[in-house]
Amino acid sequence: MDMVLNNIEKLIEKYNNAETTLKEEAQLKAYFLSDDVAAHLEHYKPMFQYFSESKKEQYTKDVPLNTKKTKLYQWISVAAVAVLMLGIFIPNWDRGPKTLADYSPEEQEMYLEAKQALAMLSSNLNDGVSSFKVMELASDSFSAGLEKANHITEFSKSTNKLLKN
Amino acid sequence: MKQADFVNIVMPFKDKVFRLAKRLLVSREEAEDATQEILLKLWKNNKKIEDYKNVEAFSMTMTKNFCLDRLKSKQAQNLKIVHSNYTDSNSSLQKQVEAKDSVDWVSKIMEDLPEQQKIIVQLRDIEEYDFAEIAKMLDMNETAIRVNLSRARKTIREKLTNTHGYGIK
Repeated sequence: MDMVLNNIEKLIEKYNNAETTLKEEAQLKAYFLSDDVAAHLEHYKPMFQYFSESKKEQYTKDVPLNTKKTKLYQWISVAAVAVLMLGIFIPNWDRGPKTLADYSPEEQEMYLEAKQALAMLSSNLNDGVSSFKVMELASDSFSAGLEKANHITEFSKSTNKLLKN
Repeated sequence: MKQADFVNIVMPFKDKVFRLAKRLLVSREEAEDATQEILLKLWKNNKKIEDYKNVEAFSMTMTKNFCLDRLKSKQAQNLKIVHSNYTDSNSSLQKQVEAKDSVDWVSKIMEDLPEQQKIIVQLRDIEEYDFAEIAKMLDMNETAIRVNLSRARKTIREKLTNTHGYGIK
């Protein structure tokens, strides 16, 4: 037992200096995974336990080489893009014809009439703007007229006064 | 190369790829994603693989590079402060309290090691590769590997003895 411990102590020193061979390290592992580890070496135990437990961890997922699968994914993405595009364009289909030629003759006529009417209205509006100026002039004269009318009432008041006296 | 042949080549070491990825990326999910991507990369290069004498060593190198790149871009994205390697007894005590048991505690100690040391401990103490193989995988000389490994082992031992002492008090 002392011989074994002596050997382990030497090995652990070599181990800390990274001078042990793989065989010697296997000896150390076996010792520290056993149940009778010397008390003063106890603290090495979790390290060797951890090393041996870590080695058991496995990659449990598939090896992802299935090219058929990746092709399927590519087609799914193409389909997804197509559906998205449809989503963008379908609402426009419901909005019906887009150019004048797509409308019925009656509609076309209505459209043209409306257009003409609007054009007339807009030219009349321009005319209206100039006639406003005439109106303004007229209103100026009206104001002048009102003032004169005031004079007239004043005048009539005075004449009334004169007549009373 | 047929898929079946490829799977036969990859099977013996796919777990080692996964474990190295997990050592560096910590989260199981991220390690699984990384392993998938690495295996897919290998499959895409399967014509070249036939020329490699040691596909396993090549794959481990690829895994190391892939995960280190991923960590770099993660750090760039999060603007996270890189975990420094100073030892703060309070924070390690805190961590030990969080760890379910002393074996869990070892994994926490490993997380705090510098990346290079993590990789070397993973390849040597867990996967049990010989130094010549590790030297090839990491493109380092054997002496440098031994120096790093010794530092890592001593750090783990120190932290374990410290917390052992705390336990007695």
